[in-house]
Amino acid sequence: MSTLATEGHQEMRPRSEITARELMRELGSVLRLSEAEAAKLGELPDDGDEDQTMVINMGPQHPSTHGVLRLMLELKGETVLRCKPIIGYLHTGMEKTGEQLTFMQGGTNVTRMDYLSPLNNELVFSMATEKLLGIDGDIPERAVWMRMLLSELNRMSSHLLFMATNGMDLGAVSMMIYGWREREEVLRFFQKVTGLRMNHNFVRPGGLAADLPAGWRDDVLRLLDMLPERLEEYDILMTGQPIWRERLQGVGVITPTEALALGATGPILRSTGVEWDLRRDQPYLRYDDVDFDVVVGTYGDAFDRYAIRLNEIRESMKIVRQILDRMPEGDYRIQDKKVTPPPRARIDESMEALIHHFKIFTEGFRVPEGEVYVAIESPRGEIGCYIASDGSPTPYRMHMRAPSFVNIQCLPHMMRGGLVADAVAVISSVDPVLGEVDR
Amino acid sequence: MSDTPQDTATADGDDGADSTAVQELHGCPLTDSRGQDVLHVGRDRWVEVVKLLADDGYAMCVDLTGVDYSRFMDRELPSGVTPERFEVVANLLDMSNRRRIRLRVQVPENDARLDSLFDVHPGTEAMERETYDMFGVSFDGHPDPSRILMPEDWDGHPLRKDYGAGAIPVQFKGAPT
Repeated sequence: MSTLATEGHQEMRPRSEITARELMRELGSVLRLSEAEAAKLGELPDDGDEDQTMVINMGPQHPSTHGVLRLMLELKGETVLRCKPIIGYLHTGMEKTGEQLTFMQGGTNVTRMDYLSPLNNELVFSMATEKLLGIDGDIPERAVWMRMLLSELNRMSSHLLFMATNGMDLGAVSMMIYGWREREEVLRFFQKVTGLRMNHNFVRPGGLAADLPAGWRDDVLRLLDMLPERLEEYDILMTGQPIWRERLQGVGVITPTEALALGATGPILRSTGVEWDLRRDQPYLRYDDVDFDVVVGTYGDAFDRYAIRLNEIRESMKIVRQILDRMPEGDYRIQDKKVTPPPRARIDESMEALIHHFKIFTEGFRVPEGEVYVAIESPRGEIGCYIASDGSPTPYRMHMRAPSFVNIQCLPHMMRGGLVADAVAVISSVDPVLGEVDR
Repeated sequence: MSDTPQDTATADGDDGADSTAVQELHGCPLTDSRGQDVLHVGRDRWVEVVKLLADDGYAMCVDLTGVDYSRFMDRELPSGVTPERFEVVANLLDMSNRRRIRLRVQVPENDARLDSLFDVHPGTEAMERETYDMFGVSFDGHPDPSRILMPEDWDGHPLRKDYGAGAIPVQFKGAPT
């Protein structure tokens, strides 16, 4: 039967209002049971059960929903029977905004999507623009390595925040303070480099906004010297601790087949044992020149996802050390008159440079017709940018493939049959950023 | 990013020549866009081609979205493909061979519907809902065809080009009119 999309019902409907067939469809598809399992549930006499199940809302203001995520849970006692994530509370039409801003300004928009890894958002947007311009191979080496440095530090700050929120959600409240403390150290470095703690708009089409400041190497080294010790503390506080293990092991299990079918990427996919990391498997920047390991799990549970993120911080530190050794000298942005404004000093002495500067910031630069999709590995999984250009200075269509938006589809699957108390652990282990889910 | 055996002949960075080389995959014209493979699938063969590609190794649908081309109807398309107002774009990933392919399907304005990929790739559920929400393209066979980002009683589809940006009166649920 063809189903015309309705304007109604984003919410989960009570069992009594839907037929067994519809329930089977909902269970089998939205919640993704196997057909046979769903058929069995559909045949159950639900009428007598009606009093024993209840549908409750968790969120949108629940503190453990990481923003404004609303979950409708159908419960029987403490067991979750069905769950449906309802999103859109933070939707601000950023893809529509992206069509109004020039390629030059676009970074200010995309950086606010996944606000915990802003530099990765800017990076993927810049890389897509560069591919459309055909200058993706001409980016100076220093710019490429600087991008890698910032991207890895951003991965560390994002995972450190995950450590904090994950700890807080599960009752390890001191972990929250520690995680924020370490993340702040990374953000302090970002502030020194970009001028801002978050939403940097630092990675731009053609390179970066500025060179690294004097003394950056010492700052990064200080960070790298401090962190291993702190990560050891995390291990003592959480990894080996029985309560922590009890709360996470075997909770929110997902199999590799399910994760692949649901399009999950990043730590969720890797927790099931699938070795897939775009940094290694479809290398961008110079990731093929540095040595690092892809961390994978075995059981696909919340503990694996926690352990993967903790170890990814260590791998990122390994990459950052190599970047420190190999950071080349040179330009931090491409010297292409079409996309790069003239240096500040030139503006004082040359009328043409002034006009050029004015034009590039008021009109932007024209990008040839075409469409590209570029994907990189953000801390949450594959972040992709699809840009269709009609030859004007603004993107005709700018779409971000947000990893959290896709990953959040795993929630109903991970929660089914679990306890309400575990729901919190499951949401936390998926690490969704609602700014990116709703865009 | 994706290097595939099909486009080895195409010179890198040469954008003008790519539309002349007609290559086919599963009976659909295959073009090259900045070194990336793009397959232009007919609407009637949408699910069939995605299934065939899944058998070829493209086992994961990483992204599905739409584009409203109403202001850009003279865009370049391979011969035999009629430009329509909407396009649905899907990005497939082949993990074992580390390659990607992009599918573009034309969806006419007066019959904005397409078969759902849900049975092949269940992960497209949220993406198809988003495409419906933003463009008004409905997906036949989708298990939960409702809006996802906008409120369920919202009028219009925001990412359409005729839906203005800014200066839109804010719609509140149950507000006195």
